[in-house]
Amino acid sequence: MKPIRILCACATMLCGHALWAQVPYERILNAASEPGSWLTYSGNYQGYRYSALKQIDRTNVSRLKLAWIYQTNDLNQFETTPLVADGVMYISEPPSHAAALDLRTGRPLWMFRRIVPSDVRACCGQVNRGLAILNNTLYLATLDAHLLALDAKTGHLLWDTVVADYKTGYSITVAPLALDDKIIVGMAGGEYGVRGFLDAYDAKTGKRAWRFWTVPGPGEAGHETWAGDSWKQGSATTWVTGVYDPTLHLIYWGTGNPGPDYDGDVRRGDDLYADSVVALDAATGKLKWHFQFTPHDTHDWDSTQTPILIDANFRGSPRKLVVVANRNGFLYVLDRQSGEFLTGKPFAKETWAKELDDHGRPVLMPDMDPKPEGLVAYPGVHGGTNWFSQSYSPDTHLMYVAMREEGTTFYRATAQYTVGNIYTAGGIHGLPGVEPSGAIEALDPSTAEKKWEFPLHSPPWAGVLSTAGGLVFGGANEGNIFALDATSGKPLWDFQAGAPVQGNPISYQFEGKQYIALTAGRALLVFGME
Amino acid sequence: MRAIIAWILLLPSALLAAETGEKLFQTHCAPCHGPKGEGGRGANLAVRKLPRAPDDAALAAIIATGIPGTQMPATRMTAEESAQLVRFVRSLGKSQSAAVPGDRANGEKLFWSKGNCGQCHTVGARGGHIGPDLTDVGARRGPAYLRTSILQPEADIPENFASYRKLIYMPDNYLRVHAVTQDGKEITGERVDEDTFTIQIRDDQDHLFSFRKDELRELRKDWGKSPMPSYQGVFSAQELQDVIAWLASLQGAL
Repeated sequence: MKPIRILCACATMLCGHALWAQVPYERILNAASEPGSWLTYSGNYQGYRYSALKQIDRTNVSRLKLAWIYQTNDLNQFETTPLVADGVMYISEPPSHAAALDLRTGRPLWMFRRIVPSDVRACCGQVNRGLAILNNTLYLATLDAHLLALDAKTGHLLWDTVVADYKTGYSITVAPLALDDKIIVGMAGGEYGVRGFLDAYDAKTGKRAWRFWTVPGPGEAGHETWAGDSWKQGSATTWVTGVYDPTLHLIYWGTGNPGPDYDGDVRRGDDLYADSVVALDAATGKLKWHFQFTPHDTHDWDSTQTPILIDANFRGSPRKLVVVANRNGFLYVLDRQSGEFLTGKPFAKETWAKELDDHGRPVLMPDMDPKPEGLVAYPGVHGGTNWFSQSYSPDTHLMYVAMREEGTTFYRATAQYTVGNIYTAGGIHGLPGVEPSGAIEALDPSTAEKKWEFPLHSPPWAGVLSTAGGLVFGGANEGNIFALDATSGKPLWDFQAGAPVQGNPISYQFEGKQYIALTAGRALLVFGME
Repeated sequence: MRAIIAWILLLPSALLAAETGEKLFQTHCAPCHGPKGEGGRGANLAVRKLPRAPDDAALAAIIATGIPGTQMPATRMTAEESAQLVRFVRSLGKSQSAAVPGDRANGEKLFWSKGNCGQCHTVGARGGHIGPDLTDVGARRGPAYLRTSILQPEADIPENFASYRKLIYMPDNYLRVHAVTQDGKEITGERVDEDTFTIQIRDDQDHLFSFRKDELRELRKDWGKSPMPSYQGVFSAQELQDVIAWLASLQGAL
């Protein structure tokens, strides 16, 4: 490890920039020791979305200025989390493109263009949420459900593996997760009657190493939680990047809604492992434990939010925790060795559950399933939070969550499944006359208590980043990019980007200066001090 | 012969489809467009030509994506359901409702003179900006809704249907706000735009204000309030009918 870091440091000084990435597994594993880089989707394997850089802090953030902008050529949402290594930024672009950008100027060093077939289905935009890097290779998962390996130096395609047949409703939007020799990739298509899985591929060859079906087949444990043949369209997709505990050798990954979304009658039972977090052996993909947040969900409350692995005291003794604010409106604290439920509380307005019982199972309010004539519920279909990043600061010991308060009228219908077509069995409408809202919340991950909240004008679609400068960065639908005091929630800086912010922020250092990067509209904006 | 057999075989499924289309309409559309598509808060759909939907593909697109800047929301359904709903909506236009009775020319005169409606409302190039633009109000609202709006302006303030629109960029509702600056200046008017940190307000004298919210001591939102007076007793029954007839004829540029 040490020689590599020294080499990088020397080369950066001599050449100025652009050494080209050499990112062995050990660098990602020890991401905390090089805060100037951003080497994996969440910044580290634990899902912190935290930067140890502290040049930009509470006292000077008000002077933060735009450094450069990069714009895509595509009208779909630009949701990438950039990676930064050795003087170069690597991004994906909608629908399934990639580019390397010069950190000094923002100018592309190469661009990779992938033609996506016109008959690909994607429920909610032809987006891509980022790349993975390992050694000198980048990994890009495409909307037509392929996993590609690209030469980080040139963007040249090294291999192209079919993950699933997109014609049957599968698609991929997730940023892959690179481990020591494997690339973990999830899938989407939960509105198209697919059967969910999580895959691992050999990083060198692209050969599949294992597949974990998130909907168990006949003879497997959990299969009995699906009525009849409903498991075949059970969905439980894996469309947001999970996390990894290198000591326990476990991957933690959230799963999506059961299909069809709104008509639970055709799939009576708990519908495992939909709306769950699954802990899988990284070497084999075998299930170690699972925890289901919303048994038999009928409100499309995917549990794909990136979980956060925290070592903290829980009721006086040190515990290995996994913490996540779920789309169903509750914050959950679990033991990450066993999956045992420790505590949980609502962090968003919710009307569907009275409370969580001692095992974390919701005690349901009566009669809250969608109806043909409509049923109003909070959270709404987009949840108390959604796919975008949550953050944990080891300085404040707080978690930061972009919270949505928006109810929905849910309609139930009956639907006939046909291959590759939308299969939701119902629909949704907003609540007339109710102006929805949101907030950035600070939550204590060991008690699930709220410490502060900063109100947002509308329910957010952007994630948050916390930094050692005592700041939380985030974005709003109306184009505001902002920094809050991580201890008090007080706003310290904001910038109007001119288009909705729908990405996750990162921070990196280049030529001795700290930068913040975040997408808004078709642009990637990079901010630094003058 | 083959054709007849095919027709017989198709008949039950065609009937079923029509039934499904009507059911979808009653669930998703009728609350605003009326049970027979005669209009209300939403447009009158019982017309031979839908101005925003010249063909079936355009109508299906409107159902799928809504109409930005209006209260028409997006509705997700299968391609088959959408096709059935489109067929049903088209069938409404075959029994086109009669034109709204009343003397349109007199209605127009009353609107600009006795009603002084143009002080706040725009029609075409004429009028004020304080209230909603009425240039195409006849294409957006049914006559019964227009009558209620004139007699009880606060019965239904144009409101927000923000759900399932990912891009909440500008407010599409009509909201009265009252702001007090740190140095005590008071502004009352219509919210033009708002974000987390700022708000833009047009006051009743048509002045535009832009504030950062930390410059304000107080910001009150008067949900459900309208500066418009009731016209109960201002217009006679016949005059009111004439004004409605004129407003219903306003189809805008489309």
